[in-house]
Amino acid sequence: MSLPGARERRVRTGGIELCVAELGDEGRPTIVLVHGYPDSKEVWTDVARQLADHWHVVLYDVRGHGRSTAPAPLRGGFTLEKLTDDFLAVANAVSPDRPVHLVGHDWGSVQSWEFVTVKRTEGRIASFTSMSGPSLDHFGHWIKQRMTRPTPRRVGQLLGQGAKSWYVYMLHTPVLPELAWRGPLGKQWPRILQRLEKVPAGDYPTPSLPDDAAHGAWLYRDNVRARLRRPRTDAYAHVPVQLITPTGDIFLSEKLYDQLELWAPQLVRRSLPGKHWVPRTRPDRIASWISEFVAANEAAREDGRPVQDTAPTGAYADRFGGQLVLVTGAAGGIGRATAFAFAEAGARVVAVDRDAEGAARTAEMARLIGSPAAWGEAVDVSDEQAMEKLAEKVATEYGIVDVLVNNAGIGLSGSFLETTSEDWKNVLDVNLWGVIHGCRIFGKQMAERGQGGHIVNTASAAAYQPSRALPAYSTSKAAVLMLSECLRAELADRSIGVSAICPGIVNTNITATTHFAGAGAAEEKRLQKRTSRLYGLRNYPPERVADAILKAVVRNQAVVPVTPEARGARFLSRFSPGALRGIARLKPPL
Amino acid sequence: MTSAVKDEQAPELRGFREVQRLAYDCAEAVAARLTPGVTEREAARMQRDWLRERGVRDWFHLPFAWFGDRTAFAGFKVPLQFFPTNRKLEPGMPFILDMAPVHKGFTADIGYSGCLGLSPLHDKLLADLEVHRELILREVRERRSLREIYEDVERLMIKQGYVNRHRAYPFGVIAHKIDRVAEHRWSPHVFGFGTQSLKGLMSDALHGHRDGWSPLWSPYRFSDHPPQPGLWAVEPHLGFRGTGAKFEEILVVTDSRDPEQSAFWLDDDLPHVRRWAEERVAA
Repeated sequence: MSLPGARERRVRTGGIELCVAELGDEGRPTIVLVHGYPDSKEVWTDVARQLADHWHVVLYDVRGHGRSTAPAPLRGGFTLEKLTDDFLAVANAVSPDRPVHLVGHDWGSVQSWEFVTVKRTEGRIASFTSMSGPSLDHFGHWIKQRMTRPTPRRVGQLLGQGAKSWYVYMLHTPVLPELAWRGPLGKQWPRILQRLEKVPAGDYPTPSLPDDAAHGAWLYRDNVRARLRRPRTDAYAHVPVQLITPTGDIFLSEKLYDQLELWAPQLVRRSLPGKHWVPRTRPDRIASWISEFVAANEAAREDGRPVQDTAPTGAYADRFGGQLVLVTGAAGGIGRATAFAFAEAGARVVAVDRDAEGAARTAEMARLIGSPAAWGEAVDVSDEQAMEKLAEKVATEYGIVDVLVNNAGIGLSGSFLETTSEDWKNVLDVNLWGVIHGCRIFGKQMAERGQGGHIVNTASAAAYQPSRALPAYSTSKAAVLMLSECLRAELADRSIGVSAICPGIVNTNITATTHFAGAGAAEEKRLQKRTSRLYGLRNYPPERVADAILKAVVRNQAVVPVTPEARGARFLSRFSPGALRGIARLKPPL
Repeated sequence: MTSAVKDEQAPELRGFREVQRLAYDCAEAVAARLTPGVTEREAARMQRDWLRERGVRDWFHLPFAWFGDRTAFAGFKVPLQFFPTNRKLEPGMPFILDMAPVHKGFTADIGYSGCLGLSPLHDKLLADLEVHRELILREVRERRSLREIYEDVERLMIKQGYVNRHRAYPFGVIAHKIDRVAEHRWSPHVFGFGTQSLKGLMSDALHGHRDGWSPLWSPYRFSDHPPQPGLWAVEPHLGFRGTGAKFEEILVVTDSRDPEQSAFWLDDDLPHVRRWAEERVAA
């Protein structure tokens, strides 16, 4: 079908026949992908294709779905016990001697939780990656806990998830769901997925959808009420678990996984911005996380270490682990601190700067604090051709950039009348054109990949705080701010976030290299020294700006003023611009 | 001291060298005894006991021990936070032992950085301290102003990607003068500092104030003077995202015209210096 090169076989178990597809080298460790509802194994096409380069990938249609046969009668044919039998039959057929790595999405994850928490599968599973599908037993306990001791927050969580589960109630009504799926809903479903879930059009969903969905309703009817009423008390995972949580899932609250560590002691958390169908919308990210987790588990089994010890521990490690982050102006100041903060979160970092030595140094240190790979690249952001070349190199050698931080900038101070056109050109080339080139070249790659991403542009508090001392610099930064806002509007459709960061007075090297228009060499030196000292007295560390940048990416914030003065000026610019104009007339104490 | 020269036989220097060696021996002995679960207080107590057994009765300051991100003084706001806490040492944690014993009237002030287990990051920090030791000596020999040297050290740290953490010390000092201390039967200490040593420091500060120099080597204007002859305990301290490393040892400054004799490290046979030499051999 849509899995070119797949080897198909049929596995008989418990009176039905399962359609099993295999990809990749059979000598490699096996990954079993289990699909959800209303899906068939084709939901995994893109993920499976990528995994097949390194692993033996096995997909099967759950009973009653795709080209597997359905049990008769349907009622009672979809219990978790029977689904476990199916899984074991497949696992024994495709990998009789080695435990398999299990991956589940939606109902595939719900049933996989059963597989990894029952005794009879012990030794048959090496790891489990769960996406958008909690264990019904854990869910049952989650509800009970909140019902028995209902604090306002807990009641809120209950009601929130209760509202998100509307479709579960619908599926419990007799006949109607079947009629809907075989009728109009089945016909409209691909368009609904495209519109609401942003699932790209193509060979998915498959034509078997109405039948899959009609049969699959019994997954809910056979298990949900029984398990939620009497959840198992021994549902502890006996394998390492990787939990991937899409933050925009409209069916499942992130709160469902609070305290999951109690049930799954070896837990690694991941989160990504995306909706429910991440195997379709974010296949690259999902495939690389699965691949990494499987590799880590295989390695850990060899040296007998628990796998979560090797996972990065920095703030937001769940979000940025394994992602590719490119930072410009990364040889010092905010850029370097940002590169380090991403490195600590486990991201792969490309540090770009004019200063080759500094960029290499940033990459070297990034590797020491948790970045699985980091590279220094010497490029001048104002040089379009060099940027094009860099983008090509990055795309072919390291992959598509997930987070782009256009941070490189230079300072220029002095009155407008003394600023030469050469000065203007220099500052605009780096501060504005550098950002334009970055957004244009790397943003295009991100958009073409179609799996989201984020662009951060370092603007400045000077973008909205006029000043007689910084006319050119402020102009360049105001342009960056507006560019970011416009780009944000344009790229929102493609799930690419854009944030503008307005740091304010931060203790970095920018003051020591700022050009002071109209000042002689000696006077410039004095002014640089003096401003550096003043910024040093203010002593706001670039590390805190870096933290703000990571937070801005995680929360997809539009404009982020960082220091208190930047926030104050932002407030005034909105509510009392006259006051800012007054401040703009003051001569700086230099 | 002003006429001291780099002579193995100079009795005064020998006294200082001996106590500095003693302190580093103590640091190595205590570091070897650190195991997971030992607290900072216990580590400080171990240093104190070890030195007391070997005749130390007075202190420039009592031993400090910092573990984990406290080696980078993360979140330090008030000087009281320098004192040892009940933080426990864990595998992979960096630690710093810092002590300033007075032995037979000679003072030393040393800092020893280590790590429980392997840490490539910590190794990198330690290795990167070497250029600071060279830079400080070179610029002192050039008779640059102490404030300028301070700024150059800070610039180098920033270039390396680190944060200057000696700025967290009182007055932000990278170094301070030390001297001989009169031996008394009773030598109390206040806030961890020996009163006799403080007295010496105060009197230096007073004289210095009249003559335009300061016994504290800081980033401020009062350090804007060429190096003052005497003994300086120099302690560049690097910080990098929750990991800190430093060394501290005595720099001898004299009024000699010969650059070689005008400033030199009191002792080149110290753990961190040996470590760098070994690394060079290995490379």
